[in-house]
Amino acid sequence: MTKRAQVGDWVQIHRVVLPAGARAPQVPADTQSAPLEMWVKGILLAGGELGQPARIRTAAGRELEGRLVAVRPPPGHDFGEPVPQLAAIGAEVRAWLERGGEGS
Amino acid sequence: MSYAAVMGRRNDIMVRAAGLDYRDFTTGTLAFDYEAMMKVAGDLATIREIQRQTRVGDTPLWELNNITRLARQLAPPGKGARIFLKDEAANPSGSFKARRAALSVFHAARNGYPGVAAATSGNYGAAVASQAAMRGLPCIIIQEVFDSRGVGQPEILEKGRACEAYGAEVVQLTVGPELFYVFLVTLEETGYFNASLYTPYSVAGIETLGYELAEQVYGREGRYPDAVVVTHAGGGNVTGTARGLRKAGAAATQVIGVSVDLTGLHMASDRDFNRKSFTTGHTGFGIPFLTWPDRADVPRNAARPLRYLDRYVLVTQGEVFYVTELLAQLEGLERGPAGNTSLAAAISLAQEMDRDQILVVQESEYTGAGKHPWAQLTFARENGIAVERGDPAGNRPGERIVIPEHPRQVKAKDYPLDGVCRSYLRNAVARAGSAALTPADHRFLAEDVRRDEEWVKRVLEEARTVEAP
Repeated sequence: MTKRAQVGDWVQIHRVVLPAGARAPQVPADTQSAPLEMWVKGILLAGGELGQPARIRTAAGRELEGRLVAVRPPPGHDFGEPVPQLAAIGAEVRAWLERGGEGS
Repeated sequence: MSYAAVMGRRNDIMVRAAGLDYRDFTTGTLAFDYEAMMKVAGDLATIREIQRQTRVGDTPLWELNNITRLARQLAPPGKGARIFLKDEAANPSGSFKARRAALSVFHAARNGYPGVAAATSGNYGAAVASQAAMRGLPCIIIQEVFDSRGVGQPEILEKGRACEAYGAEVVQLTVGPELFYVFLVTLEETGYFNASLYTPYSVAGIETLGYELAEQVYGREGRYPDAVVVTHAGGGNVTGTARGLRKAGAAATQVIGVSVDLTGLHMASDRDFNRKSFTTGHTGFGIPFLTWPDRADVPRNAARPLRYLDRYVLVTQGEVFYVTELLAQLEGLERGPAGNTSLAAAISLAQEMDRDQILVVQESEYTGAGKHPWAQLTFARENGIAVERGDPAGNRPGERIVIPEHPRQVKAKDYPLDGVCRSYLRNAVARAGSAALTPADHRFLAEDVRRDEEWVKRVLEEARTVEAP
């Protein structure tokens, strides 16, 4: 990943909204011990060093500040791997229907 | 801005951001005039017109011949209803949620709000973003995405990507109900319209879904469907669909709610967050919203599912993945797993019904990276969940996902509504506290749980006795 962003780059910033221990009273203990964190993406307006404060303009036009954490971050999800437990289902059920449902 | 201070201003923020003062509808300690509140959304013909302006609705209804054949081969002689699917994936943003977003965004634009915001990790975000794009309004979607390790649910990451594709700003948060706090701060700062899932606009927007499917079945078969199966989470889908069916004249159609069984997983737990494969349509929302609908991000929830549910059933995650394969491989329709929750139940429920009866599965959703059985099961395995084939009875939310070995193992499990209604009334007693309940409250509560007033009074009395020190 690029180490430095230029003004105008599509970047992501991070902020702690509520520190650990200052969470809503109703949250369970595991959540209570973690901070509430926030990430937002936008066009870099100021800053550019990863890990340092930065200001962005979001897609809605808001100006937000936070710590610069990524430059052109990819979405991070995909189709996963083929799942062996699903692989045979189509053929099994088609064959069962062909047999007129015998063995049901 | 402190959490407590912002939460203390919640009612004022909400009144301004929804353009609705819910206090206008109050008729008792707990009671409010539900139908008067629903009227603010306008009549059904107007709603249809608004939705057509932004390409929402008029989705196809398909008969699932091969899945019907499969259910009939499992059913006793003479049984096995015809199964139809309302292909809601054909909406602009790929799910029925476009119906919910359409009116909210229309009202935001008409009333001069500078933008729209919604707090949602579901398909609703993309729906609001897509509608906002059509009406030229800026949009902010606030999502619960990551656990404290920074690991995100693939399904939610995909929904965030879709929001960005429609030009929305996406605020991604770690696990926790304080998402609502961030939402309030955002509404206050921006002056945007709150496109809540639970306003009359959102719920009335789904009435067209029930209305259309009743019209389509009637037009084709000369009769209304015998039952409609609806995925249930926050209650809007059940409420809106049922109201639409009634408005079309399909008064005798059974409304059956379905949720994915995630019993035992805590919805606000950092650890449990990534131990589930379904991020909505599950019992973690389904049951709390049945037993107290007014836990929503608006003071009065327009989604009141106990008023409309005839029956409520649960299915497992593994069964939903299995029927997602069936829909693709037997019917040639590749759709997202979460949208097939009601299809899983339908395969089982059709076997109880007569062959000449009609059962409608009222939604489907788009599929893609993240929102796909492979993505979701790969993620489950990475988070320590066992994935195996076997009897779904061995399913353990957060530990083991069991993919059925045979279609006969797909079995919707009844979740009795009587107990749900009692929990609702216990919550009503707790909510009322020391305030007295008036005759208007008794009438309202009876309508809300669809029971007679005498039954309601008896259960309230029992609940009070238990509550008393």
